[in-house]
Order: sequence, then C-alpha cells, then structure tokens
Amino acid sequence: MSRSKFTVFLLSCLLVLLMSSQAFLQDDVIEIEYWQYNFGGRIEAMDDLIAQFEAANPDVRVIHNSDIAYDNFRDEIAASAPAGVGPDVVTLFYGWIPAFVDAGYLVPLPEEDFPAEWIESYFSPMVAESKFLDQYWSIPTAVRTLALFWNKDMFEAAGLDPEKPPTTLEELVEMAQALTIYDGNGTEILNIAQEGFPPQLSGQWHHWFREVLLRQYGGVPYSDDLRSVMWNSPEGCEAFTYMSDFETVYKTGSNDLFTDATNAFVTGLAAIHIDGSFRLGTIRNNNPDLNYGVAELPVGPNGERHNFGSYWTHGITRRAAGDERRMDAAVRFLKFITTAEAGLTWVEYTGELPAQLEAAADEELLADPILGPFAASLAYSHATFFVDETAQRQVLIDAFDNIRLAGVDPCQALNDAALVEQEILDQFWADQ
Amino acid sequence: MFQLTLARKKILWAYLFLAIPLIFFLYIRIYPTLFAFEMSLYDWNPLAEEQEYIGTENYERLATELNNPRSVTRAAFSNTIVYVVLGVPIQLSIALLVALMLNEIGRLTMLYRLLFFLPFVTSTISIAWVFRALYQPQFGFLNVLLTLFSLPQQPFLKSPTQALPSILAMIIWQGLGFAVIIFLAGVKQIPRDYYEAATVDGANRWQSFRRITLPLLNPSIVYLIVLQSISFLRTFAPVLAMTTQGDGGPLNSTTTVVLRIYREAFQRFDMGFAAAQTVFLFAIILVVTIVQMRLTTRATD
Repeated sequence: MSRSKFTVFLLSCLLVLLMSSQAFLQDDVIEIEYWQYNFGGRIEAMDDLIAQFEAANPDVRVIHNSDIAYDNFRDEIAASAPAGVGPDVVTLFYGWIPAFVDAGYLVPLPEEDFPAEWIESYFSPMVAESKFLDQYWSIPTAVRTLALFWNKDMFEAAGLDPEKPPTTLEELVEMAQALTIYDGNGTEILNIAQEGFPPQLSGQWHHWFREVLLRQYGGVPYSDDLRSVMWNSPEGCEAFTYMSDFETVYKTGSNDLFTDATNAFVTGLAAIHIDGSFRLGTIRNNNPDLNYGVAELPVGPNGERHNFGSYWTHGITRRAAGDERRMDAAVRFLKFITTAEAGLTWVEYTGELPAQLEAAADEELLADPILGPFAASLAYSHATFFVDETAQRQVLIDAFDNIRLAGVDPCQALNDAALVEQEILDQFWADQ
Repeated sequence: MFQLTLARKKILWAYLFLAIPLIFFLYIRIYPTLFAFEMSLYDWNPLAEEQEYIGTENYERLATELNNPRSVTRAAFSNTIVYVVLGVPIQLSIALLVALMLNEIGRLTMLYRLLFFLPFVTSTISIAWVFRALYQPQFGFLNVLLTLFSLPQQPFLKSPTQALPSILAMIIWQGLGFAVIIFLAGVKQIPRDYYEAATVDGANRWQSFRRITLPLLNPSIVYLIVLQSISFLRTFAPVLAMTTQGDGGPLNSTTTVVLRIYREAFQRFDMGFAAAQTVFLFAIILVVTIVQMRLTTRATD
C-alpha cells in the first residue's frame, strides 16, 4: 500500500470511529438484553411485545436472544455469567428459580415496582407459590396447565363417540384399550401399530402423577415445609400403579415407540395424550390437519379435579442490577411484558394462558373449545416446588423404567425413588 | 542493531511460528486443565460471583457416591470401565483382522482403505443419529431385518441390558478405520523375507502370525491400546446423542463419567464436583496409561 493510500485508509477509519461514537453520544439509548430459549410461538410473541415496548420507550433498545435450543439454554447462561455478559432480563422455567437465586444470579423484584400484594391479587395463584426466601424473584406473562388431547378420527374408527373423551380414570383405561391396535403378530409393546394411550414420564406424566393422580387418590406430594417426600405413600403407590399398568398390563403404548409419545400423538399414531397448552402450537406447525379435541383431565376416584400448572417466568439478573440505567430499563421492560394485554397477545401466538387473572377470565378464552379446558383448569392447578426440576423428574422416570424394564414392583420402585429424591431435597436445604 | 545470519533468522522465524500454536495450546488447553484442580476445591457455581473454598469436600462426596449403589456417579464409573474393557480388545482385534486382510489384497486397495477410514472422519453426532434410526424399535432397519427372518424384534437402545452394547458397537465401528490404518502401516513395515524364511522352515500361517506379525507389530499395538483406552474412557457424544434426551439411560445403563461431568457442571451448576470427577478421571487415565506402557513394552524385551 502506498503512503497516500494508507493515509486515506487511516483517515476513513478515524471518520467511522468518530461517527459511531457521535451516534452513541447523541441518542441516549440504553441497550438491554433479553434471553429465552428457542420455541416458535414464543419468539414471535416476544418480537411483537418488544416492538410495542420500544415504540412506547424510545430510550430503550431490547436485544432479543432466542437462538439457544432448550437443551443448551442453561449451559449458555452458565457460560455467559463468568464472562460478565448475558441477559438483563431472562426467562427461566419456574422450577429453576431456586437454583438461580441460590447462585445470586437473579435479584429480587424491586418491591416499589412489583409490590407483593399486587402480584398476589393480579396473578394466578400458582405464581404466589413461587415466593422463595420470602421474596418474589420473577413474574410470568403466561402459565400453562395440562389437558387431555384426543384424536377424533381414531375414536370414530374404534366405534367410540368422537365428541366424548374419557371423563373418569376408569373410562380412560377402557378407551385406551379399545383404541390400541396391534400388528397381528402378538399383543406386546413392540407389536403396537396404533397406541391408545402411551405413558410418557419424561413428558408431562411425572407432573400428572405428583399433582393430579396422587391428590385424586388422596395423597400429597410433599410435606408442608417442602422438605420431605410424601409421594411414596399407599395412595402414591395406587396412583403410580394406575399409571404403569397402561404399559405393563393393558399395553396401550410406550414412550419407546414412534420416537416418543408426543410425536406419536402429533403425527397421528396415538389416540389419547396428556400435554400442556404449549403443544397446540406444535400441532399447528407440524400437523395442522390433525382432527383432535382437548378436554379437562379426568376426575379421580373421589370425583376431585386437580391439575398441574407451570410457567416460564421472567427475572432480572445481577448484570442489570449492576447499572442503574440498565436496571431501570429492565424494570420497565418486565412491567410491560407482564401486563394483562401482554398476556392476551401471548396466548394468540403460543396457546399459553395469560398469567393475569383478569386476562385469564376473558370470556372469549373460556368459551374457546381448545383453550377453554386449559383455562378452566387454572382454578384447581398446583405448581410443584422444585429444587432441581431435572433431577426430580429423572427420579420418577427411573421409577417407571424400573417397573416396565426391570420388572420391579411399583410400590418398591416408588420407595426406592423416594430415597433418591429425599437426598436431592436434603442436599438443597442443607445449603440454605 | 546486531546482524543475524540467515540461518539464525530462519531459526528465529521457526520459533516465532511455533510460539503461536504453543501459546494458544497453553492458554486454551493446559491452563484450563490445571485450573480444574483448583476448581475442584471450591463449591464452584458458574452463575455465582464469588466461589466458596471447601477443601476436599467434593472428593469426599465423590467417595461417598462411589460407595452408594443408587448413585448415578457410580453407574457412570462402572459403565465407563465396561466401555473400555469391552471396547478396546474388540475394536483392536477386528482392526488387526481387517488390516491383515487389506494387506493381502492387490486390487482396489485405496478404495477399501477409504471405506474403512470414512466413518472415522465423519461427525460422531450424525453417525449416532443414523445408528439411533437403525436401532429404532419396530421400524428401525435392524428390527425390519429381524422380522424378515422371523426373529423377535429387539428394543436395543430402549433396554437397560442392550443399550450399552448397542452404543459400544457404534463406537467400535466408527473408530475402526483409525486402528486399521495404524495396523496396516505396522504390517507393511515387516519385511516379506521373514515370512518366506518361516515358510521355508515349515511354519504354518498361524505360527508366522504368532511368532512374526504379532511381536513386530508390538509398537503399533501399544500405541493403539493406550490411545483407544483413553478415547473409550472419554466416551461422551454417542451416549448424549443416542439416549433419550441425552440422559444416559435407560436406568443409567449407558451413562459415562464425562457425560456426568457435563451434567453436573452445566445442568446442576456444580462445577466444583464436576472438576473433582475430572481430576479423578485424569488420575485413572494416567495410571492406566503407565501400567499399559509398562506391561506391553516389557512383552517385547
């Protein structure tokens, strides 16, 4: 490069630098980062909310990071934290909150902006259950409940009324059996050509056991102080046996077939399925022609209704709290994305229910044939207090596998599993 | 300024070029390795700002878990031993057999070598997914084959007894090409005259193999045993990709030490305990390697 060319090059570099710093000085925009894991409808919903927020708050720019797959979401956060980068506002599964609070990653929601009484009166009761160490650390836009999905075409083909899903636990067993089709070479799991009702502990069934079936059989999952496992009771054993019988006795399906139970239902290979409202989006995207219905979960032997509620919830990080302007922007953003209007925007994109009572009581929502059953379940939903959601889920997956793969008696499997989970709880509380 | 001779300049440049990868290596590999030792003495949470020094507590916990029959950590260590003890001898025996056969053929040698080597340079994750599909209950290729011959279908990856061998088969197959190439190079080094002399003396094929091939291949064998043992001790990606949600199941029957280390560090945020396991694994690899080097080299002396 000749000397004159080099000078021109240097000067233009300088000019670019000057211009960009000038831009920084002139508009007083603060940038904050928002992270959530990659899930179709939620990304669109949040893009919409961010656009609205930025229009109303021209001094804040929100960088939306939604590229991380669910499986790597926590890894990426763990990698970003020591580097001093990462989100200012982050969306986490509610069951992870204790671990993030424990590490000092989240800061409590400022009381003046998010008063406790307001949270308790404005949001669904399950949100109040996430109070931890006497404080609120996060609030959600939306919540989810479980419901029973059924494939109307298969009901019809099996000679059942396509508009009458099972309403009791006995009916569920009968219909699941009637809907299971074998390939003609036998009636073992591997001979199944169409699944009536495949168990999926790694999906929603572990929740169905803890918060629904167990309570319907008269048990409770944990002690009131949350420190002791209580599901290894005679009631628990009855409930767990009820579940495992679908695979070991009635042979109505298995999560090992057709990739997994969720996939089997979505692709039209399973007739009945228990899942959350978030699955509506999956079906819409992957198999919009599926002819299915949604109903409230069957009532228990005692006639009681229970449901499991869960939610992804937004918290403010230590990083935001380290800078007054970031914190201010984060608080404003968090307020904006948790209003009732935001909840109603969210439900359109994701099928998740608004977390705000006023929005959840929306008549149009309750009358909706698909969303209605989920919304109706909000009133009797419980959110499990998890100390380590992944590990606690694995405990029940293993208990179920011990029954179906190792031939262990359900009560014995449950007792063994309880020992493991109690160790997890003990370890958590010992550190508090 | 002092003048450098051309030769000196060359040397200087060589060092300069070498320094860059060296610095990179020291900073990216050696430093973190040593750092793991320090980390293992802390209750290290990557999300936290400050880390608490807890001395040998992580190692005590490791000892307790290794003694607890219910613990996943224990399952991980015992599975890893199975991967090594079965994997290394099976893989090397097949590789030696293939190398000897490849050495015999005169046509299309490059094509055959290429075919055996190809899996080794293919991404482990994509191979794992292909095998996962082959192993599918019901419609997987293997089960379709079994049905074709009126044999009962098998659950493969879904069974606590079949899952580990199924994954092991994939790992053995994938790494085979590498071992074959090393053996082939070793076999080619052996002078033909030795075999001719042996034949003249009336030795049969088995005797030539026992007395000539095997002893003269010893350097390759030692090299491969050490290298493949280390590689099997570090089994991770195939288990992550081939088990349900990468959980190392069913019933922890396939989980490995490295998979557990990853889970502890990045899912449970317990870097300290993960680091303690890393250090322990490092010690195992060190001991295994030293013992193998001693035993196998002595055999030739």
